[in-house]
Amino acid sequence: MNPVATPFFFYFLAIMAIVSAIAVITRRNPVHAALSLIVTLLSLAGFYLMLYAPFVAAVQIVLYAGGIMVLFLFVIMLVNLEQNIREYQFNKQWIVATIASLALGGLLLFVYRTGRGAFPSAFYQSYRGLEADNTQQIGIWLYGNYMLPFEIASLLLLVAIVGAVVMAKKRI
Amino acid sequence: MAEITTMHYLVVAAALFIIGTIGVLTRRNVVIILMSIELILNAVNLNLVAFSRLWGMHGQVFAIFVITDAAAEAAVGLGIIIAFFRNKETVNVDEVDLLKW
Repeated sequence: MNPVATPFFFYFLAIMAIVSAIAVITRRNPVHAALSLIVTLLSLAGFYLMLYAPFVAAVQIVLYAGGIMVLFLFVIMLVNLEQNIREYQFNKQWIVATIASLALGGLLLFVYRTGRGAFPSAFYQSYRGLEADNTQQIGIWLYGNYMLPFEIASLLLLVAIVGAVVMAKKRI
Repeated sequence: MAEITTMHYLVVAAALFIIGTIGVLTRRNVVIILMSIELILNAVNLNLVAFSRLWGMHGQVFAIFVITDAAAEAAVGLGIIIAFFRNKETVNVDEVDLLKW
């Protein structure tokens, strides 16, 4: 089975993801940044579809683009950012921070270049659990091998909900 | 154009990761810093799913766990932002200096 990862779609999605990611960290208005982040998340969902992970793609759209980003937009509306937009947007150590991050990127590229042989160049063709029963496979893994981490994640979510309420409440 | 390999996905993920780090380290607006953290988590997710194409379902299950953690982190972080804004009437991180001396 040939992957549907046609080069055109890959480069299209990659350029869309990276350009809107740059827009996220450079826009002055946080609402524009949030909308650019939604574009990045949607193009990542396209990547997941190209990698035969339709369940993760659906979760990405429903939970990230639908849930978390709505939360972000609500908070942007709740806090009054009008005077912040007129202020200087970058802090004092931005040159050092950018140089350090780019050095990290150079290190990553160096590691990928030298360790290129460790990654098989073609996708593993006889890999089962592809698009047809992907959701079923994930369910079996989640409730089988990953049972304990799954329960811990549910506990984490409960604690996070309680913590968020405690943080945002005026008087306990 | 050549065939798309795992390496292509890794390079895109690395680019998103670097952009997210730059955002965390340089911006003053704490809402945008949280968005940059989401960018970093998504870069890691792309790596995990790209590797799950090679080595089975583990990567996709881990990606779902990472998304869960991102949701929890966003909820708590935004709660902290609201509490902070109520106290100081600002969202700039360099004005959070109660614990500095």
